[in-house]
Amino acid sequence: MATITLKVNRQPRTLACAPTTLLVEALREQLRLTGTHVGCDTSQCGACTVHVDGRSVKSCTMLAVEADGAEITTIEGMAQGGELHPMQAAFHEHHGLQCGFCTPGMIMSATDLCRRTPDPSEHDVRHWLEGNLCRCTGYHNIVKAVRAGAAGMRGGK
Amino acid sequence: MAHQGIGAAVARKEDRRFLLGKGNYTDDITLPNQTYAAFVRSMYAHAKIVSIDRTAAEAAPGVIAILTGDDVAADGLGGLPCGWLIKNKDGSNMLEPPHPALAQGKVRHVGDPVVMVIATSKAAARAAAGLVEIDYEALPAVGLLADAVVPGAPAVWDEAPGNLCYDWHIGDPAATEAAFANAAHVVTLDLTNSRVAPNAIEPRAAIGHYEEASDHYTLYTTSQNPHLIRLLMAAFTLHVPEHKIRVVAPDVGGGFGSKIFHYAEELLVTWASRKVGMPVKWTSDRSEAFHSDAHGRDHLSTAQLALDPTGKFLGLRVKTLANLGAYLSTFASAVPTYLYATLLSGPYDMPAIYAEVKGVFTHTVPIDAYRGAGRPEASYLLERLVDRAARQLGIDRIELRRKNLIRTDQFPYQTQVALQYDIGDYQATLELALKANDHGNYAKRQAESAARGKLRGFGISTYIEACGIAPSAVAGALGARAGLYEAGTVRVHPTGSVTVFTGTHSHGQGHETTFAQLVSEKLGVPIDQVDVVHGDTDRISFGMGTYGSRSAAVGGSAIVKALDKVIDKGKKIAAHLLEASVGDIEFKDGTYRVVGTDRTKAFAEIAFTAYVPHNYPIESVEPGLEESAYYDPKNFTFPGGTHLVEVEIDPQTGVAEVVDVAIADDVGVIINPMIVDGQAHGGLAQGIGQALYEEVRYDASGQLTNGSYMDYCMPRAADLPNFKVGNHVTACTHNPLGVKGVGETGAIGVPPAVINAVLDALAPLGVTDISMPATPEKIWRAIQTAQARTGKGA
Repeated sequence: MATITLKVNRQPRTLACAPTTLLVEALREQLRLTGTHVGCDTSQCGACTVHVDGRSVKSCTMLAVEADGAEITTIEGMAQGGELHPMQAAFHEHHGLQCGFCTPGMIMSATDLCRRTPDPSEHDVRHWLEGNLCRCTGYHNIVKAVRAGAAGMRGGK
Repeated sequence: MAHQGIGAAVARKEDRRFLLGKGNYTDDITLPNQTYAAFVRSMYAHAKIVSIDRTAAEAAPGVIAILTGDDVAADGLGGLPCGWLIKNKDGSNMLEPPHPALAQGKVRHVGDPVVMVIATSKAAARAAAGLVEIDYEALPAVGLLADAVVPGAPAVWDEAPGNLCYDWHIGDPAATEAAFANAAHVVTLDLTNSRVAPNAIEPRAAIGHYEEASDHYTLYTTSQNPHLIRLLMAAFTLHVPEHKIRVVAPDVGGGFGSKIFHYAEELLVTWASRKVGMPVKWTSDRSEAFHSDAHGRDHLSTAQLALDPTGKFLGLRVKTLANLGAYLSTFASAVPTYLYATLLSGPYDMPAIYAEVKGVFTHTVPIDAYRGAGRPEASYLLERLVDRAARQLGIDRIELRRKNLIRTDQFPYQTQVALQYDIGDYQATLELALKANDHGNYAKRQAESAARGKLRGFGISTYIEACGIAPSAVAGALGARAGLYEAGTVRVHPTGSVTVFTGTHSHGQGHETTFAQLVSEKLGVPIDQVDVVHGDTDRISFGMGTYGSRSAAVGGSAIVKALDKVIDKGKKIAAHLLEASVGDIEFKDGTYRVVGTDRTKAFAEIAFTAYVPHNYPIESVEPGLEESAYYDPKNFTFPGGTHLVEVEIDPQTGVAEVVDVAIADDVGVIINPMIVDGQAHGGLAQGIGQALYEEVRYDASGQLTNGSYMDYCMPRAADLPNFKVGNHVTACTHNPLGVKGVGETGAIGVPPAVINAVLDALAPLGVTDISMPATPEKIWRAIQTAQARTGKGA
C-alpha cells in the first residue's frame, strides 16, 4: 500500500492505495465519487474522463499513485454553489444527454477543449471528442451543447 | 405558466442528477458487507466439462464461496426461460433446449459461465477466478450461421437435428406462387444482415441482497423491465414468490434491447446472496459484455420480388436463416418471426407474400432483440430489394417507391402478413424528406464531389415499423408467454403535486419529463410539481418495461387512463363543493367549472378536499385522490417514413463518409419534440454504425475475434454528420394520445439508405452488391474486383 496525497474537487485527500489501483477505482470506490464511470477496459469510451491538473485524462489509464500531489476535478466538482457549470447547463439546454452514462466524461473532455480552444468549430468538437463514445445521442446534440457551452464559458452567453 | 404539456420542447427533469455526477447506476450502489462475484467463463465454443478443481481458488485470499453448475442443480434453480413459443410449419413446437445459469456438463459458446467466485473484493474474486482449474474436452463447434445448416455440421444440441430450433412460415404460398407465375419481372437478392452488439456504454451489473430477518430478496440490476425479471425469477428461475422479491432497476446507462432479458448473473447473485449471507455484486467488464450480452441481427436471406410490366409489385418471396446463438434468450424466438416477417410488406401495397424462417443454433452468444429487433432486418431486405428492382427495370428509385407505397385512402391497410396498419401518409414523409435533402440540386452536389475525386451516392429507404406489441390476447395466440399491457398510477398529493408510477423504464428516453408533460397537459400542474417513479417493483404495482418503442404508446396511455379517472373523481368532489350536478362540471386548464358560469374550483383545492374531507360527498365518494390503470392496446402502432442518405466515397482508399442525412418520420403525435428528435438521432447513429462500421465477428470455430472497443468499431463524433430530422404527423387511431413510437426509427430506416447510397456511388464502376458493414476494405475490394471485370477505371 502506498499513501498518496492529492486534492480532489478542491478538498485535500489522503488515500492508501495498492500500487495497482487505477485512479478511477480510487475515485469511485475509495472516495465514492461515482459520477466518474467505467464503460470499457481499453481506454476507448472516455466515460471515466477527469481533469488532472486542469487537463482531461481518462482516469482508467492512470494509476492512483501517479496522481500523488495532483489536483483532480471530477464531474462532482464542476457545479459551484448549486449552479451548473456553463458546459453542464448547455448539455441540459441542448439535450446533449440521454442515459447520462457518458455525460460526465463528455463534459470533462469538452471543458478541456474549450480551455484550449475557446471557440471551437463543429469540426474541432467532433474531432476532439474522438476519445468519448456515446451510444444514445448520435453526437448531434452533444456537438451543439459543447459549442453553446464554449460560448457560456467565454461569458458570451 | 408556459405551456409544458403535449408538444412542448421542455428541457429534461432528469438531467440535473446526471449532469452533477449524481446518477445512481447499479455499479454506483454499495451495500454494507457487500461481496463481489466474478465468473469463470468458457474459452471454448463447445466443450465437455470433464472436471472442475476449486482447491487453489478456495485457498486464495478473500474467497468466500465458489459455485458451479452442480450447486445450481442441487438447489433446484430453474433454467432461463424463453418468453415466446414459435410453432413449426407442421404445428409442432420449436425446440427449447435447457439454459442453466451455470453450465452443466457442456459449454456451448465462448463466454458461457461455468463457475461463480465470490470474494471480499472485486480484485480478490477475479484473482481467484484465475485459479479455478477446469478440464475441458474440446468438441467441434460451429461459429457461423451458414455453416450450421450444412449437413454434418457440429450439433449445438443433440436434440436439434440440423441445428434447427424452428422452421416457421407466414403468408400465402399459393397466392405468392401465382403472383410470380404472372410476373413480368422477377428480381432476386441474396443478402446478409450482419451481427452486431448493442453496446450500451454502461456494462451490465447486478447486486443480490437476501435479508434473513424478512426472508426477502432484493436485486438491483441494469434492466429495462424489472417486473418481468421478478416474474421470471418467481415463476421459472429462483422459485421464490413475487412478494418476497424486489427488483430495482435504478438509473440504467442505455439498453437498446440488450437489457430486456433475464440473464444468468441476475439470478446467480440473488441466489448466492442467501448462500453467503451477504450482498453479492457483479459488474461486467467490456470484454465480458461482448461474450455475455445478447447480440443482434445475423440473418442470411434470399428474397424475390415479382413485378408487373409497369413496376407494380405483385408478390414477395423470402427465405431467411436466423442465428439464435447457443441458447434461447428471453425473446429470441420472436424477433426473426413475429417482429420480422410480419413487417415484410413494408410501406408497400404488396398483394402476396410468403416468408419462411428457420431459427438456427450456433456455438455463439445468444441473439435477441437489438434496437428495432426484426424490423431493421425486414426494412433492410425490402429496401435493398426495391433498389435492385429499380436498377434492373430501369425505373427511378423514387418513382418505383411512389408507385407502390400504400395510398392514404387504403388505410386501414390489411397486409398479407397478419398486421393491419391503422394510418399513415407515406407520400407526405417521402416528399418532406426529399425537400429536406434538397434533392433537386443533387446532381450539382454529385458534380462537386466528382471534382474533388470523390464518388457521391444517394440512397433512399421508405420504411415502416410496428411498435408496442399488442394486444395481449393476439400476442398470446401467436405464442407470447406474457401480457403486453402497461400499468400506470397517478397519486395526487393533498397540496396538489403529483407522483406518477409507471411500469415502463427510462434508460435515456426521458420518461421523467415526457410523462410529467402528460400530467401537465391533463391536470394543468407544472412539471416541476410532478415526479415520475419507475424501475422499482416495490413502488410500482406492475409493468412490462420498455422495449419495442412501447413506452409512450402503451405506458403513456395507461397514465392517461389513470389521469382521466382522477379528473372524473375530482368532478364528483367539485360538484359537491359547487352544489351542482356532476354532469354540469367541466374540467379545463386545471380548473373545475360549472358549465357556463364563473363558479370554479382549482384542481389543487379539489385535491386538498379529497384528503381533508370535511365538506365531502363521503357517502358516494371515497377520500383520497389516487388512481391506477392498466392499458392493453388494440393494435400495434405503425410509425413510418423516408430516410435519405448521401455518401462520399474515396475510390483510392474505399473510405465512405456519410455527408448528408435527411429523414422524415411519422411517429404520431409528438409529446416533446426535443426528446423525439434526440431519439431519432441515436437510432440513426446506430443504424449508420451497422451499415458502415460495426460487426461482431466470429471465426468458423466459434471464437469471437473482436470483443473489445479496441476491435469493435462504433461510430464516433467525427464519423457522423448533423442530422436533418423532420416529422409529418398522422395520429395513431387507437390510443388516447395518438402517439406511435420513435425509439427505433433511425435504426430501422437508415441502414438500407446508407448501403443503397454506397451502391449508388459505386454503380458507375459496375459494383452491384456489398454487405454491411461497408468498410473501406470491402469497398476498395469491390472497386478492384469490378474494375478487373469491366476494365473501367475509377
